[in-house]
Amino acid sequence: MSNELKVPTMAELFAAGQQPEVLFWVGCAGSFDDRAKKITKAFVKILNKANVSFAVLGTEESCTGDPAKRAGNEFLFQMQAVTNIEVMNAYGIKKVVTACPHCFNTLKNEYPGLGGEYEVVHHTQFLKQLLAEGRISMEGGQFKGKRITFHDPCYLGRANGVYEAPRELIRKLDAELVEMKNCKKKGLCCGAGGAQMFKEPEKGDKDVNIERTEQALETQPEIIAAGCPFCNTMMTDGVKNKEKESAIAVLDIAELIATAEDL
Amino acid sequence: MAYLPQIIFAVLLVLGIGFFAKNVKRLSRNIKLGKDVDVSDNKSQRWKNMAKIALGQTKMVVRPIAGLLHVIVYVGFIIINIEVLEIVLDGLLGTHRLFAPLGTVYDILIGSFEILALLVVVAVVAFWIRRNIIRLKRFMKPEMEGWPKQDGNLILYIELVLMFLFLTMNGADYQLQQMGADHYVQAGSFPVSQFLGPIFAGMSESTLILVERSAWWLHIVGILMFLNYLYYSKHLHILLAFPNTYYGNLKPKGQFKNLEAVTNEVKLMMDPSADPFAGPAEDAPVPEKFGASDVTDLSWVQLLNAYTCTECGRCTSECPANQTGKKLSPRKIMMDTRDRLQEVGKNIEANKGAFVADGKQLLGDYITNEELWACTSCNACVEACPVSIDPLSIIMDMRQYLVMEQSAAPTDLNNMMGNIENNGAPWPFNQMDRLNWTQEQ
Ligand code: SF4
Ligand code: SF4
Repeated sequence: MSNELKVPTMAELFAAGQQPEVLFWVGCAGSFDDRAKKITKAFVKILNKANVSFAVLGTEESCTGDPAKRAGNEFLFQMQAVTNIEVMNAYGIKKVVTACPHCFNTLKNEYPGLGGEYEVVHHTQFLKQLLAEGRISMEGGQFKGKRITFHDPCYLGRANGVYEAPRELIRKLDAELVEMKNCKKKGLCCGAGGAQMFKEPEKGDKDVNIERTEQALETQPEIIAAGCPFCNTMMTDGVKNKEKESAIAVLDIAELIATAEDL
Repeated sequence: MAYLPQIIFAVLLVLGIGFFAKNVKRLSRNIKLGKDVDVSDNKSQRWKNMAKIALGQTKMVVRPIAGLLHVIVYVGFIIINIEVLEIVLDGLLGTHRLFAPLGTVYDILIGSFEILALLVVVAVVAFWIRRNIIRLKRFMKPEMEGWPKQDGNLILYIELVLMFLFLTMNGADYQLQQMGADHYVQAGSFPVSQFLGPIFAGMSESTLILVERSAWWLHIVGILMFLNYLYYSKHLHILLAFPNTYYGNLKPKGQFKNLEAVTNEVKLMMDPSADPFAGPAEDAPVPEKFGASDVTDLSWVQLLNAYTCTECGRCTSECPANQTGKKLSPRKIMMDTRDRLQEVGKNIEANKGAFVADGKQLLGDYITNEELWACTSCNACVEACPVSIDPLSIIMDMRQYLVMEQSAAPTDLNNMMGNIENNGAPWPFNQMDRLNWTQEQ
């Protein structure tokens, strides 16, 4: 796990007169949150291994504006969007990949109306594509036969209809994919969306992430797989709340693959 | 005097339909109080959705038991309209079983109506048990107390009575046919009502005619009353489900609209050549209100949604906020919107066509901030709704009003927004540190 990460920035490539195949949109969580940074690194390791030509915006990237928009602040959202679009268009970006379903949804669906038209894919879709093209290979290795349940991120699943890519990757690990009673279209929110991540929940009987974690625990998993840094945090907190953190790991699909390939 | 029944029938029919038409006009006026939206795109996809979701009931059967029961009542309702057509024509022309010459086809028709009627009775009883004995959780939420609960039961009673009258009418008719009574042609097949025989045994011909006629009249009067009850009830969905699924959202569920008024202002702010000190142009329109605080700020599709809501509570039972005991119930959002819209409509009528401020609005008087802030925007409610209603869009519009017009976001959210504004991230980290992760082990 020691080899250094190669993370070119758009500015560097631009200066060298190069255009990468894809822009990796890291997102705020992926850049700053300690847990999410591990997901970012795992994904970069896979990109490096597969020799994908990619770049990040680095310090030129700014919040997509998703949490502002879901909180109701359309002004702030559009300010962010317009600024980001200016940067991306200046670099002539065509394709974007991101490990955050919130960034994915916003870039894919809400930026085009403001002048930002890109092909946007979620990292699980991108990984599936790399696999199909033979640019990465996967063997189950240490995940062979492990019980893994997948928590559908609302903004990937219900919001955009992506259910299969993450599941296909889990199956490729030779793992046993067990579904929760609420999955796919009927998946239950982790409780972080709609800007809830940044505020205390309203009064109630329990928090949403606890409810969801209970559903996950019902499947008696060894691993809870996630495809969103926010879901990851919520499920990790839930597992801790149930004092199951020594028995059950919460891992992003990118982390699963990077670990399986011993990257 | 021979024409008296026909005249009475015609008068009843005209009154019943006329009154209904008046309410339809009210309904359409109220819906048009909403803002205009362009939903003229993608016609073929829209027709398909309507055929699949409203006609084909595809979203009803996601829950198999309720779905099956509903399909029975729905098919019964549609088929029985053919029977109603005959009744109406008979009533106007003074004939009896006008369609009888269809012969075997007629026998099959009447026979299948009878079987459906029986199935409807079974379904209605099952529905009643679910609501009143099993007391399914989603029918027991606070917003279901009072009228909504009565409304739900009332329709079951009406349906039961209508089916019972239909079968009584046929049963008596069957006996009269057996007796060879005048006017009662031998027609139809009565797989269900023939078993009512013992009840009629020993009745004279004139008594049977009285029973048959009373059931016939009560049946059609009941149907006319049912038609007029619709406007006051969640049962409006049997009509509005069709336009509502047609106008339903076709975009990805995660795609929220970008407010155009904001886009214009943002462009102006970002435009380096714009004069920051220039006042608004003389002819500039009054700045639009951002978001929604009352029903007239919503779009007409959202208002149509509110009238279409059947109060089934599928949205609420899937809502993560509601499941974990928070105040938010997407069904209540829809019911509140409808209630307020009715109130505004009545106000307009009372004031000769113009709305007079009543010191109330949807936000605050009906829907509280606490409900609005509990939403995770997960779209579970939207997915669950069997008639393509989008409660989330109303929640989001009202949040926009809270934030952009009233600056009334919870403190934590204000901090988050402040961070985005200053650092380009929802957390207080410096944008210049965005690449630090590449250096960390
Ligand atoms: S989007 Fe909001 S109202 Fe709808 S189910 Fe999710 S939390 Fe509930
Ligand atoms: S919004 Fe839809 S799901 Fe919710 S109660 Fe109304 S009809 Fe049922």
